[in-house]
Amino acid sequence: MENNRFVIAVYVDNQSGVLTRVTAMFTRRGFNIDALTVGETESSEYSRITISMRGDDYVKEQLINQLKKLYVVKKVEVLEDEPIKRELMLIKVQNKSEHRSDIMTAVDVFRASVIDYSPDGMCIEVTGNPSKIDAFVKLMQPFGILEMCRTGIVALDRGTTTLLNK
Amino acid sequence: MKLNGAQILIQTLIEQGVTDVFGYPGGQVINIYDALYEYRDKINHVLTAHEQGASHAADGYSRATGKVGVCIATSGPGATNLVTGIATAMLDSIPMVAITGNVPNSLIGKDSFQEIDITGVTLPITKHNFFVSKIEDLADTVRKAFSIAKSGRPGPVLIDIPKDVQVGKYDYEPQPIVEKIPLPKVKEDAIEKAVAMINEAKKPYIYVGGGAAGLGMGDEIVAFAEKIGAVIGCSFMGLSAVPQNNERFLGMQGMHGHYASSMSQNEADLILAVGVRFSDRATGNVSKFAKQSKIIQLDPDSAEVNKNVRVDLGLVGDVEDSFKRIAAKCAVSEKPAWFARVKQLKAEEKQFEDEIEAANEAPLTPKQVIETINACKKPNTVIATDVGQHQMWTAQYVEFDGPRRFVSSGGLGTMGFGLGAAIGAHVATKDPVVLVTGDGSFGMNLNELATAVTYKIPVVIVLMNNGVLGMVRQWQTLFFGKRYSNTILTRKTDFVALAKSFGAEGCLAETPVEFKRAFEQAVASGKTVVIEARIDKDEMVLPMLPPGGAISDIITKV
Repeated sequence: MENNRFVIAVYVDNQSGVLTRVTAMFTRRGFNIDALTVGETESSEYSRITISMRGDDYVKEQLINQLKKLYVVKKVEVLEDEPIKRELMLIKVQNKSEHRSDIMTAVDVFRASVIDYSPDGMCIEVTGNPSKIDAFVKLMQPFGILEMCRTGIVALDRGTTTLLNK
Repeated sequence: MKLNGAQILIQTLIEQGVTDVFGYPGGQVINIYDALYEYRDKINHVLTAHEQGASHAADGYSRATGKVGVCIATSGPGATNLVTGIATAMLDSIPMVAITGNVPNSLIGKDSFQEIDITGVTLPITKHNFFVSKIEDLADTVRKAFSIAKSGRPGPVLIDIPKDVQVGKYDYEPQPIVEKIPLPKVKEDAIEKAVAMINEAKKPYIYVGGGAAGLGMGDEIVAFAEKIGAVIGCSFMGLSAVPQNNERFLGMQGMHGHYASSMSQNEADLILAVGVRFSDRATGNVSKFAKQSKIIQLDPDSAEVNKNVRVDLGLVGDVEDSFKRIAAKCAVSEKPAWFARVKQLKAEEKQFEDEIEAANEAPLTPKQVIETINACKKPNTVIATDVGQHQMWTAQYVEFDGPRRFVSSGGLGTMGFGLGAAIGAHVATKDPVVLVTGDGSFGMNLNELATAVTYKIPVVIVLMNNGVLGMVRQWQTLFFGKRYSNTILTRKTDFVALAKSFGAEGCLAETPVEFKRAFEQAVASGKTVVIEARIDKDEMVLPMLPPGGAISDIITKV
């Protein structure tokens, strides 16, 4: 069985300690997370956790079943068929004169934006598919990456159906 | 009606049908104990010698009845002492509510005296847990805890209540007992699929586990086996679920299971698994387990399907309902060839068992001890055990008096479980209780002898004393070149005197005659009695599937 990348959306009670319960289960069952984001939703009762990870069908099935057993978990869904995925990255790169125009071209092409600028470095904000972010990171590598952070994926299914009403 | 938090807690327990609780007082539960004093005519509190004993007692109470067992402990060390008992209940899916006090909200997070984050500690060993920060939430949290503990696949729930919540006042209105959330019924087409698979099978094996132990379906399972020409085996946790006095029942399978049960499971072409989770002790090497067989799994927990063993059909939902629907629809079929083969395996089993027993020159053998218990116990006896060789001999040879008559720690394998659990089982049922234990396990929580004597629990404690930690020694003998590292107990404990010093009766038995006399007297006395039964240090539990081994690796003689 292949190790595929997949994204899981989880609706959980919006209470303290809930994230611990979810992540503790991952640790206990030996699942590794690539990225995890958590935030508010359309309902104040729930938070939405978006988890991206890799694994075979066994991992996927176990993970969902184990998540469903947690009392704080209201809904779990693997987002299939290419959901809308977005990630945000802030990246600080060296601002050397010989690279400046290359960096600015990349910013332009990737529809990123420079949000801080100094003679030595600049901070760029990029939003998009994780693969786009990966590509931007690769592009910046030769210019000298000083620091970067990525939010992890947030994702929604296409169309008008919602997870809670599915 | 305005009550303080402690009163609300006890009122809610009473409202939820709780009649007995096990626990130990302390600084952060004084208010709860004050309320227990106030309501002492409605709720019985059993004071144990140690909080661990209270947690095992609540567990034993639940195993013997199916009711939710309740234990109470103070903050900090009181709470952490419950941990092993909670984990024991978790691994065996036993409904339990554990209540702990904690320091007042204002002192939480300050490393206050006897403060521990017990919800953090018990996170992976509870089905769910609660920290009640506001008195407004208290009664409903208790109700939720009972609902969670007993619904679906049961399990333990912990409620941590800081002191100020116990002291504060709030309105309390009684509510009815929360009912179990009904399990979903399996769809008809899945039932049909199972029926078709069973009808096609030539060598069916019904594999009964803990999920069926409390359902009281034993007679139906036997009738179904007869109808379709199947044989019945069980996991350790499934013991006592099925009546043993029928020729289709093969007993426990797995690491120390009966030879015929394990062998036929690995020859069957269809395994109908009823409430089993295919633990590693039951399967050995999963990549070689029952490869020849199709497997249908009935379980309330979707995460159990395909977790340890890939199954061909998983029916997640109400196990009893699924079983009954399947049983009603399957075709009658005798399958004499399969039954003849199983009978042959049974004959082989009897032969090597008899050979082992005949070659045993010890004055008193474990098998003789168990057979005497079978012959002399009162009807409807609850058999409790600790963990180790004595537990496996009990599992192999005891004739159980019916469902919920076996109280033993399966999944966690908790040495020291037995005495507390036996006390809990008696408090729950008032039925006779026999605890089979070993000198290792008994040494862990023998302080509960004080509890048994205080509450006049007529538990007959059969202590198989071999002077060694027998199960580990057995592994050392078989797999570690007889390097007996730290398994020889050169203790000088006089168990008879020890029993007497606790106010219990004690006697020594070194031969079958002595043991029979001692056991009969103990059963008749209605007192807490310790019978020290001396057995040989080199007794083995056989057969044995080596850990991670396949059925072909089965050891039947040494």
